[in-house]
Amino acid sequence: MKLLGKLICVLFPLMAFTGSNGYEVGDSVEGFKLKNVDGKMVSLSDYKKGAIVIFTCNTCPVAKAYEQRIIALDKKYRDKGYPVVAINPNDVSQSPGDSFEEMQKRASQKKYAFPYLIDEDQSVTRRFGATRTPHVFVLENKSGKHVVQYIGAIDNNQNGEPDTRFVEDAVESLLNGKVPATTFTKAVGCGIKFRKTN
Amino acid sequence: MRKIFFLLFIYALTTGISAVYGQSVELIKLTELEEMVKKRGSETLVVNFWATWCGPCVKELPYFQQLHDKYAGTAVKVLLISLDGKPMLDKKVIPFVNKVGMTTDFFLLDETNQQEYIDRIDRSWSGALPATLIVNRGNDKRLFIEGEVTLEKLEDALREIRQ
Repeated sequence: MKLLGKLICVLFPLMAFTGSNGYEVGDSVEGFKLKNVDGKMVSLSDYKKGAIVIFTCNTCPVAKAYEQRIIALDKKYRDKGYPVVAINPNDVSQSPGDSFEEMQKRASQKKYAFPYLIDEDQSVTRRFGATRTPHVFVLENKSGKHVVQYIGAIDNNQNGEPDTRFVEDAVESLLNGKVPATTFTKAVGCGIKFRKTN
Repeated sequence: MRKIFFLLFIYALTTGISAVYGQSVELIKLTELEEMVKKRGSETLVVNFWATWCGPCVKELPYFQQLHDKYAGTAVKVLLISLDGKPMLDKKVIPFVNKVGMTTDFFLLDETNQQEYIDRIDRSWSGALPATLIVNRGNDKRLFIEGEVTLEKLEDALREIRQ
């Protein structure tokens, strides 16, 4: 029986990695360490309670339309244990407006109170399975493992005045010890510019 | 007489504004689109979903113009439906459509609930743009293509759906 237990412990996380489409709700996120606009490294393990991971960028008009809402989410939930962690997933050669220098400028201009990290080799982006900007993954720290509890869009109307705020609802549920009523929605936005691999 | 004149003026003003711009973008509700697609008829509809903010969408629009030109006067109709959202109609969509100088029929989906319209247009759709729906109203055959297309891909799909 002990051997079976050990096998499951090895196979189960392996299964999570072989998913080529990225994380699903319920998966544990592999640790990562990415560079922030202030030059310092930020680790997933820094987040003791939870995190609102948002793949977003400077250039996409949809990401820009959501920028204030992203700032507002961080303001609302940072002190409750769910800060925003923004990650720029784009290949800079295809999207020069998303370079590290441009990220620094934007974070400074808009006074981002949250980390704005660069995923230079896009490995974290691929592991998550993020496809567009913005694309949200709400994580809850359960005994040291960061479990995905919500994936998808921030709300249901990019032009403002949404009647359903998916990320807020998910975080509120988690803060109340409940499973979010909606754990998955379709993310709308510009496709992430993946480096072309031959 | 005065009242009729006044009403005519208002009518002309509201419908004529788009004429002044040279190219009109018609608002369409999801239920109207669904009815258009379901209605039995002889036509094949090629419905492309795009947005001004979507680079790959803009890049492939010429293929839809080419398709439109090739099948003009036949039973194949090309519809380009923007998902920019109504607040962007005057700000972004109309200026874009006037600049791009195409002769295809442009629409704007007048809906705000993105999750709902994505699912209703096609359950399998991830919501990514561009996407093209091809419907043969004669035999109810339907093809939903997520991602970019080329003129060749569109022609292949048309061939397949009109069999």
